[in-house]
Amino acid sequence: MYRYDQYDQDMVDARVAEFRDQTQRRIEGKLTEDQFKPLRLQNGLYLQLHAYMLRVAVPYGTLSSAQMHMLADIADKYDRGYGHFTTRQNIQYNWIKLEDAPQILADLATVEMHAIQTSGNCIRNISSDQFAGAAADEIVDPRPYAELLRQWSSFHPEFLALPRKFKICVIASETDRAAMKLHDIGIRIVRNDQGELGAAFYVGGGMGRTPMIAPLLREFVPLDQLITYSEACLRVYNRYGRRDNKYKARIKILVHELGKDEYARQVEEEFAHLQTLGIEPPIAELERIKTYFTDPAFQAGASDDLDLSDPDFALWVERNCLAHKQSGYIVANISLKPVGGIPGDASAAQIHLMADLAKEYSFDELRVTHAQNIVLPHVRKADLYTLWQKLDEAGLGAANLDTIEDIIACPGLDYCSLANARSIPVAQKIATRFAETGKSGTLGELKLKISGCINACGHHHAGHIGILGVDRKGVENYQLLLGGCEGDDTSLGQITGPGFDEDGIVGAVETATDVYLANRKDGERFLDTYRRIGMAPFKEALYG
Amino acid sequence: MKILTGNDLKTGAVTWWTGQDWSIHVEDAVDVGDEADAIAAREEGARRVNSPYAIDAVREDNGGIRPAHIKDRIRALGPTVRPDLTLKPADPEAGNWVI
Repeated sequence: MYRYDQYDQDMVDARVAEFRDQTQRRIEGKLTEDQFKPLRLQNGLYLQLHAYMLRVAVPYGTLSSAQMHMLADIADKYDRGYGHFTTRQNIQYNWIKLEDAPQILADLATVEMHAIQTSGNCIRNISSDQFAGAAADEIVDPRPYAELLRQWSSFHPEFLALPRKFKICVIASETDRAAMKLHDIGIRIVRNDQGELGAAFYVGGGMGRTPMIAPLLREFVPLDQLITYSEACLRVYNRYGRRDNKYKARIKILVHELGKDEYARQVEEEFAHLQTLGIEPPIAELERIKTYFTDPAFQAGASDDLDLSDPDFALWVERNCLAHKQSGYIVANISLKPVGGIPGDASAAQIHLMADLAKEYSFDELRVTHAQNIVLPHVRKADLYTLWQKLDEAGLGAANLDTIEDIIACPGLDYCSLANARSIPVAQKIATRFAETGKSGTLGELKLKISGCINACGHHHAGHIGILGVDRKGVENYQLLLGGCEGDDTSLGQITGPGFDEDGIVGAVETATDVYLANRKDGERFLDTYRRIGMAPFKEALYG
Repeated sequence: MKILTGNDLKTGAVTWWTGQDWSIHVEDAVDVGDEADAIAAREEGARRVNSPYAIDAVREDNGGIRPAHIKDRIRALGPTVRPDLTLKPADPEAGNWVI
């Protein structure tokens, strides 16, 4: 994985020193909150319901064991013994003291991590496929391109005050596992008919209060123009994005209002202009970055045999593991969704354990997924049973990936100052209901996503079943959506009708799954059945 | 009644105006009437609290104080999903108080 050079390290260290000074001046009263707030937000420090919250960037979701240990140490030393992995492949701490924040950032810097640009109207952490470098279906590892974009976008002076926040995702496989088309810019590394690598640009997607699927803007951008084309996309947005209304300020609104063709025309014009300026980094820089993402030293001839005689292990392998590009190896997903638990939360002890297991069994590497789980990307099949036993002993062996128990949920009103309703208790009740009735196993792949407000951090628009919490005259109410999907066939969920209270929404989800079970044909997922039979049978069952 | 709340500048902890100081216990809050803005400005200037604001609340039969909105009740108690981290970890009724 990528290692900082001296420039990277100096840049992060300088920011830590600057923030230490700013924090001290705030505590001494030399800065008002109005003056300090944008400064702390630039360093990922929010003020939430109960305390300050620190969001730490995990570039394209990749972590080393040492970095993971540091995340656990921070949870222990400065927080309350746990962290929350987010739908942006980051981690958040909920109980941070302002006076500790600079030292936390200093600690993070020692393992080449920071919280820069995890907030504010700038280019946020670049996200990617959590199986990058391991998936059998990828054309190349997308992370070198994500890293190049990270370096380009970090402290980019032109893009630190955009109309709104900006999220970029890079993948390199036909299968989209990163909700690529629901980003401001989604980039898919592709190969053209001549066998050359390039980038397909999808621009203007997003969730939030106005969900949109990004249209394909350009099918093929040569990789030696990746940054220049990205810059052109951003420049047009920065110039014409709506700054008068924050709810219309995202690039999706600009692309929608201008129309894809007109936006594309303006981007091409800007692209042509930028090409004359020679802003593209030298290809040698990309080649330098690529050297950090070479394959680990896989054991030649490693066995593909797996003893599946333990039924619990066999179920975990079936649900939580994925084929690896290297024979004898497998991708192992660690579910952070124990039934009744808090989606995405992990204790410091669990984080330490996952770090140790990555060191021992996965070439020192972990990934954070946008579904709030952890991946050990390179596990030798011969080690898999031992690994699973250790995970299971620590409460990390849930065999429920992509089932109705594997719920994405934002922190909701339990933690978030923007939320209108709680998300976590609803997730807990649904997972518990389906685990107790034994239905979760019969439902197959069913992605359920819950947001506690219209900002959609819980990706409810993209859930096969989505739930949106709203405030109805001071009482929590939950809208049900059906038919959303991220990935290759991205679609946006549709609201079924009037909302439900906290207990009612659990019953409503069960009713929707009953309709599916009564109507599904062989091999159909919930989503497939919904798309075939439409909303009407579900509405009839829900509201009759 | 109107009560005044904010977050402690240094720790971020939820605090409630007691008439003379700030407390982490909502039961200590006092009715600030129409003085909220003046108290908030003074206390923010003294750097003891961050972003104070007034909310509606009611005094309960047992003498306790219940913020009118669920968001402030959760602020008063702590996350409903982590009873071990709330101010009333041993109170089985705490969750009902929030809802």
